[in-house]
Amino acid sequence: MATLHLQDIRKSFGPTQVLHGVTLDVADGEMIVIVGASGCGKSTLLRIVAGLETQTSGQVVIGGQDVSGLEPADRDVAMVFQNYALYPHMSVFGNMAYGLKIRGVPKAEIERRVKEAAELLGIGALLERRPRQLSGGQRQRVAMGRAIVREPKLFLFDEPLSNLDAKLRVQMRAEIRRLQRRLGVTSLFVTHDQVEAMTLGDRLVVMHGGHAAQIATPMEIWARPADTYVAGFIGSPAMNFLPATLSHGGAVATLAGGLAVPLPGRAGADGAGVLIGIRPEHLRPGAGGLSPTIELVEPLGSESVLHGRLPDGSPLTARLPGAVHAEGALALTLPPESLHVFDAGSGKRIEAGA
Amino acid sequence: MDLAEKTRRRQRRDAIITHLCLILGVLIFAFPIYLTVIGSTHDVNTIGRGDVPLLPGGEAVANYAQAWEAGGGRYMGTPAGRMLANSLVMALLIAFGKIAISLTSAYAVVFFRFPGRMVCFWLIFITLMLPVEVRIIPTFQVMVDLQLINTMTGLVVPLIASATATLLFRQFFLTIPDEYVEAAKIDGAGPLRFFKDVVLPLSVTNIAALFVILFIYGWNQYLWPLLIVNDRSLETIVVGLTKMIGGGDSQNEWNVIMATAVYALLPPVAVVLLMQRWFVKGLTETEK
Amino acid sequence: MRKVHFKGVALPYLLLLPQLIITGLFFFWPAGMAIYQSFLREDAFGLSSQFVAFENYADVLSDPTWLESAARTGLFSVSVALLALGVALFLAVQADKHIRGADTYKTLLVWPYAVAPALAAVLWLFMFHPNIGLFGRLLNGLGIPWDYRLNGGQALTLVILASAWKQVSYNFIFFLAGLQSIPRSVLEAAAIDGASPMRRFWTVVFPLLSPTAFFLLVVNLVYAFFDTFGVIHSLTQGGPGKSTETLIYRVYTDGVMNLNLGSSAAQSVILMILVIVLTAVQFRYVERKVHY
Repeated sequence: MATLHLQDIRKSFGPTQVLHGVTLDVADGEMIVIVGASGCGKSTLLRIVAGLETQTSGQVVIGGQDVSGLEPADRDVAMVFQNYALYPHMSVFGNMAYGLKIRGVPKAEIERRVKEAAELLGIGALLERRPRQLSGGQRQRVAMGRAIVREPKLFLFDEPLSNLDAKLRVQMRAEIRRLQRRLGVTSLFVTHDQVEAMTLGDRLVVMHGGHAAQIATPMEIWARPADTYVAGFIGSPAMNFLPATLSHGGAVATLAGGLAVPLPGRAGADGAGVLIGIRPEHLRPGAGGLSPTIELVEPLGSESVLHGRLPDGSPLTARLPGAVHAEGALALTLPPESLHVFDAGSGKRIEAGA
Repeated sequence: MDLAEKTRRRQRRDAIITHLCLILGVLIFAFPIYLTVIGSTHDVNTIGRGDVPLLPGGEAVANYAQAWEAGGGRYMGTPAGRMLANSLVMALLIAFGKIAISLTSAYAVVFFRFPGRMVCFWLIFITLMLPVEVRIIPTFQVMVDLQLINTMTGLVVPLIASATATLLFRQFFLTIPDEYVEAAKIDGAGPLRFFKDVVLPLSVTNIAALFVILFIYGWNQYLWPLLIVNDRSLETIVVGLTKMIGGGDSQNEWNVIMATAVYALLPPVAVVLLMQRWFVKGLTETEK
Repeated sequence: MRKVHFKGVALPYLLLLPQLIITGLFFFWPAGMAIYQSFLREDAFGLSSQFVAFENYADVLSDPTWLESAARTGLFSVSVALLALGVALFLAVQADKHIRGADTYKTLLVWPYAVAPALAAVLWLFMFHPNIGLFGRLLNGLGIPWDYRLNGGQALTLVILASAWKQVSYNFIFFLAGLQSIPRSVLEAAAIDGASPMRRFWTVVFPLLSPTAFFLLVVNLVYAFFDTFGVIHSLTQGGPGKSTETLIYRVYTDGVMNLNLGSSAAQSVILMILVIVLTAVQFRYVERKVHY
């Protein structure tokens, strides 16, 4: 168990720079989820922490020790791979014991640790089997077991749930969370799935184009996304963005369609271009707001997702409770307390009222 | 007669024709062997007279015993027992030698990045284009210079380099997921440990398949032993057999020669039949 | 290509060393010597040699017996390849049908792969020897004078038959693998389209097999050029006269028997060029297959 400190990690593959300086502090026992679309550099970051990749510049500090130049084996980390990387010719026991055997741990001790981990994971009866005789979920548990027996300072998860079917994924997600809490091992978890990220992480790192776009708790990221990328990436369906211009001392935004929306406070100079963000679930039926033409209704049982188009042609998505029968136009209001304001140029969040 | 009945008859006729074709094919390949086996059970005069027997005679034990212990033909050469042992040692050394050095070469080329990697790969690869047959004389001179004539080392070592086996293992190693290497690194396994604990066990099927092909390759060597060996104690059975026949003189001890031919056939045929499944897979995968 | 590697430089070189030493010592050095010697000519006593540039090549290429030998090698190789390919394809198509005992047939057709070319020749000698062979005597008994030791045409025929016989099982294995990799659905579609079995074979099966057939053609030609040395050496020793002397056999006689090093070396180099061309052709094919 240990803290992790990343200091300005940069990485280039030849002329292409994939990480533009990531700094991160992880507390002892904390679960950090690194989330982002493919190609954002999240896996590279994880592999740099593991020592499988060498950073171009910056430092990796595990438990107060700078491990930047060390081999993976000397960093005392364990990793769960996307395809599990279980050795097909070794039994479950053999797979879990391999790392300990190489480190020269005494036989009895290996036996004890593997048994313990296997019981913890509910795979105690499978120790003699080969990986190909296991189901996806069982393999996943073995891969976890292999990491647990090592009793490392750091757990690294590289999209470990992406090969499971949807139902199993939800189940394993909860299991990983419980296990990590119980063992209290500092963990980094990489995923492209925002639901996985929200449910697993104590804090999230949202990666975008080789930068950490935002590092915060899941609720903070949902409630106060740092920029339009984060706002659009977290939350489903994605947030609506409406171009607008500020007026009235920056306290009112006038949408492209002509609607004037009051803001909770000043958001900038008059005439400045902004993007007004509103999550689909925050739109409410009612007059005096937007009136999109509804093109498609997706009934989900407890709620309905409506896809519409504003008179100027821009799309708008709304999520309303219950079954909604809407044909043609529908009137929707924008509650001021649920609006997010972003700078139209940089996409950065603007705190209204400042 | 309705169409269904006609179709049924036609299908039966087709099946019978197919069977006949295949049986004819099998016979074409089995018959020469049958004749040889039968010939090896008769005495020397029966065959020498030209009465080609089609049924077994009573001299099998005598013929096989003579071939085994004394050899036969005008050449009255090396006993078949000796030659079989030589062929066996040669074929096994060639097969295992080729597998060993191809495994390590392919491992180096695939799992490491080092300067000159591609040069090494191409040097091995180009040997595909230099079969023994096209460089007979200079290779023979090299063997003389190195004093390897009439030695088992000389017989085996030059045949151990293998571009084909190296290519096969390289191909296979490329399919081993990167994650295994990464998991091994995190587990703390170095390259040699990874080779022994992971790569070698995963290659077992490929090694078995290749073993069959290479064993037969070694056993069937002809020109090379002919050049390198003139000491009878090192004679291999395939070359020894044709030396027994010489010019094909009718006065040869044909019964003993045929018994020796059967000895020469048995080991490779047995290997192919026993390991047929692996062998077919290995063959079609090696030579792509 | 693999993305993850181990560190180290000394270890990989060490692992490559045995292979590289053997290749260098027994492949590149002799090949280099062959090229070097092909430009030299030794005097009658082998005491001195002088540089003669391309004279050895010119001599070889203008020697009528060499040209005859080349033409013979061509005839021989093409005959062996076509015979071995044709029989193998026919048998593979039969064995690929859904009939009882198909696996037994396959086993019984695969094993001749294990027979050495020289041994195949011996088996055929037992059948076609004019005095002790069943068929040799039969032919003579029918009034057809048969003695491959005296008649060049008969000798060549016998060498071709024995060489092709040995190669059929190899081709059979590949054709069968090729046939089995043709998706059933394609054949079923053709059957539903109403194509007759013959038509199905020539319009669907054969085109899909053509990459295999082409690959095998190259392999068979290489086999006929080089590996049949054992067949010829044990059956006819190139004779009678020179009627079964192929190019490779001639390198052997000129070099080993007549000790004409310069000429033998020049012939070797010419053959090397031939192998390189054939291998290049084969790899162009492999490359194409990769793009499928």
